[in-house]
Amino acid sequence: MKKSTVSTVFWSGNEACAEAAIAAGCRFFAGYPITPSSEIAEHLAKRLPQVGGIAIQMEDELASIGAIVGASWSGAKAMTATSGPGFSLMQEGIGYAFMTETPIVIVDAQRAGPSTGQATKCGQGDVMQARWGTHGDYSAIALSPNSAQEMFELTIQAFNLAEKYRTPVMLMTDEIVAHMHEQVNVPSLENIEIINRRKPKAGEKAFFGSEEVPPMPAVGDGYDVVVTGSTHDEYGIRVTADPVPHRRLVERLNSKIQNHVDEIADFETYNIDECQVAIVSYGCTSRSVYEAVENARQKGINSGYIRLRTLWPFPEKVVRKLAETAKAIIVPEMNLKQLFYEVERAACGQTKVIPLNKIGGGELITPEELSTKILEAKA
Amino acid sequence: MTETFSAQKYLRDIKPPFCAGCGAYTVTNVFLRAVHELGHENLSKFVFCSGIGCSAWIPSPHFRADSVHTLHGRSLPVATGIKLMRPEANVVVFGGDGDIVGIGMSHFIHAARRNMDILVIMVNNMVYGMTGGQVAPTTPLGSKTTTTPYGSFEHPLDAAKLAVTAGASYVARWTTINVNELKESIKKALQLTGFRFVEVVSQCPTAFGRRVGFKDAGEMLKWFKGNQIPLAQAEKTDEEELAGKIVVGEFAQRQRTTLVETVYNTIKEAQRQNEED
Repeated sequence: MKKSTVSTVFWSGNEACAEAAIAAGCRFFAGYPITPSSEIAEHLAKRLPQVGGIAIQMEDELASIGAIVGASWSGAKAMTATSGPGFSLMQEGIGYAFMTETPIVIVDAQRAGPSTGQATKCGQGDVMQARWGTHGDYSAIALSPNSAQEMFELTIQAFNLAEKYRTPVMLMTDEIVAHMHEQVNVPSLENIEIINRRKPKAGEKAFFGSEEVPPMPAVGDGYDVVVTGSTHDEYGIRVTADPVPHRRLVERLNSKIQNHVDEIADFETYNIDECQVAIVSYGCTSRSVYEAVENARQKGINSGYIRLRTLWPFPEKVVRKLAETAKAIIVPEMNLKQLFYEVERAACGQTKVIPLNKIGGGELITPEELSTKILEAKA
Repeated sequence: MTETFSAQKYLRDIKPPFCAGCGAYTVTNVFLRAVHELGHENLSKFVFCSGIGCSAWIPSPHFRADSVHTLHGRSLPVATGIKLMRPEANVVVFGGDGDIVGIGMSHFIHAARRNMDILVIMVNNMVYGMTGGQVAPTTPLGSKTTTTPYGSFEHPLDAAKLAVTAGASYVARWTTINVNELKESIKKALQLTGFRFVEVVSQCPTAFGRRVGFKDAGEMLKWFKGNQIPLAQAEKTDEEELAGKIVVGEFAQRQRTTLVETVYNTIKEAQRQNEED
């Protein structure tokens, strides 16, 4: 990237997310106020109309996700932002978007739950809800930024994945990353890769099948598209009892994501081929890992890390490979073990997987706590 | 109108799912007649939206048109997203009483408050029909349903009055025997803007009628005929006397700035301010 094409700004994570949405082509936002995501709604309420878009505050999160689904079927890129309680309310709508292959982006700025919990304090407790929150068989795409810069980059990536795979994508940020202010390097628009949904050609009718990701028309474009959350055939016609169309549809919806895990998987690694002790982390928690690993190396402990930017589909290959060589893998999380079990599953018993968990008060896991764990793990 | 009416040209060749005697046939027929009389050769100017329940199946997938069959209760938010991004489309929501004013009640009030540019046709059969006849927010007091075996102990909701209070531009209520009035109301509503609400009190002989003592759909229609009272007359009648009556007529027609107008004015204003800065 040429230096002259980048502008440097000082943004909060939420501001970076809102600006990235606009850069990605989002022109519709619907949301309901909730800490710590509200700044996204506030920023978009100001900025979207300036670019001809619409930001509307709905009566609740059920309406918010409904409205963005409607906007998406009108041909717009659409987003909502929430936190745990609202994310819970949106789960049925996420399943609807998955079943109807509606590209939408849902931002969840995680806070300490369950229930109202500690509404202004950070948590990472919605990771499994992102994977399993709606009912029925589905596959999620969920991303995890760890800086304001990545709030920008991964919001764009979330839209791109949603459009490419015609599926809801969740940006699983957290209170710390959402509220921190940092330098963000914003590339000029022509240097940002933007993916748009594939539109049908005239005469095409199979908007729900036959291809892995079928083309998506908009309502009002003359395609007479039939959209339903009920099981449907490739033309969208409801099939309420026949087992074959249900299998065909739900298996395709899952496989269109599961067959592309390697393309979707996004992570940062450091010294993972050599290290004795590794850390697998994500989101705000990963910010302590850099220092902890450096400290450990200075003390002569060969350590490294995988930092996940994609939580779902889980990038298990890289974790499995790490488990073949590392003596121990530490999984720090601001919850009571969630992704830990996924790492343990991927490790297939080939190495020790050690949890490090902390909840409450928004207290981060410190580099010192991680260093202590690394020393213990080595022993 | 010289051309004879045929509903078939607006419909996909898919067998309708409704029981014999269901009011959904009447609502389908009357709506398509209204569309025909307004001169629409097809439904290309419309986008239909519905939730879950028997009435949600009136447009989806039967109408040869764009239709979005949403979650239970969420047709109005989805329709809001569609209409805001496609203001030129004529967005029509079909739904039952359970869908629109049971699980979806909050969206109904807020869509009326916003004066969202949508026509909602609520088929009020006074029961949850698709799930087998459970009590609804519209079930008359004392009615036996599968979940009120001793009779309903709740007062029913007057959805039309609620729509008026919440701010709808146009509100009417008819029954499935008032086909001409219903058709004229739908025609009028389709030509207006803002939030328009047409309630059709309709018969569900299968899941409601037979449990409250009507032997068939015809008996229910007779009940509607004998039990309805025009709005003007109802206004002069005591509340006690009105209990159990079906008040029919046009409840409101008024000019009020619509959400599409205010949202698009906001966009213009934001762009003007942005250029000045």
